[in-house]
Amino acid sequence: MRIGVVTFPGSLDDRSALRAIELAGGTPVPLFHGTNDLKEVQAVVLPGGFSYGDYLRCGAISRFSPIMESIILAAEHGFPVLGICNGFQILCESHLLPGALTRNADLHFICADQKVSVENVDTPWTRGYTKGQEIVIPIKNGEGSFQCSDETLKELEDEGRIVLRYVGKNPNGSRNAIAGISNKRGNVVGVMPHPEQAIENLTGPSEDGLNFFTSILKEMVGL
Amino acid sequence: MAIIVVEVMLKPEILDPQGQAVASALPRLGFTFAKSVRQGKRFEIEVDGEPTSEQIAEVEKAAHTLLSNPVIENFVVKVEK
Repeated sequence: MRIGVVTFPGSLDDRSALRAIELAGGTPVPLFHGTNDLKEVQAVVLPGGFSYGDYLRCGAISRFSPIMESIILAAEHGFPVLGICNGFQILCESHLLPGALTRNADLHFICADQKVSVENVDTPWTRGYTKGQEIVIPIKNGEGSFQCSDETLKELEDEGRIVLRYVGKNPNGSRNAIAGISNKRGNVVGVMPHPEQAIENLTGPSEDGLNFFTSILKEMVGL
Repeated sequence: MAIIVVEVMLKPEILDPQGQAVASALPRLGFTFAKSVRQGKRFEIEVDGEPTSEQIAEVEKAAHTLLSNPVIENFVVKVEK
């Protein structure tokens, strides 16, 4: 199962995402922002980092890269996409996901092991979890505060599209403590915490993040 | 030569922690006039000659597409000589 990871200028966690896919049993495929070639991957991960130095707004410039044209078109037809951190910001800027990620309420860059609950297990990226399961995965961002209109918030809540929610103190002022959401169809998921940094106990706070990658692989082979 | 200016501000309902930080720094320096502060962005776009209405329409399109995020921000376009 080929899963792509896009490297943008300024991506940081692309290698970690590739490694997570490999550890989960998939074939990681590096993709490059400057071409529209998806190299026959069956799903794609937009990794964390600071693409284009976060200039203008986080993700605002990457959103217009050639690879994103292919990804946006494919995603609208059900192609699975996971955006992590900067990847989530790119998905919002692309309008594949609603809302926007803004400066953390206390203005700090936050780097911490964060407890979140998995609230939507009806996406190809989260089916391996149980609903309400609490997991610990790292957050590391300066602009992770999820904001959207009241109508959008109601829609997300009513349709069960909150994928991850912060447990305990809301770290960044996100509306309704939202840490991750999906599109209507469920194939596009954006999360601020980093599942790819919690795939083994040697390097992360837990192995709780690996399930994102095993979930998509199981989905691909129809398990 | 003229400058087309695009000013981008967070919508009023969107939390602006940067503006709040500035607002709380002002009184520490003895400036007590500010009831609140909101921080935005200003783009100065240089064009040859007098800007045409087509050019301004193009800039508005660019402001909507790239320079601002309509989900959280508003913008105004104006011309400066």
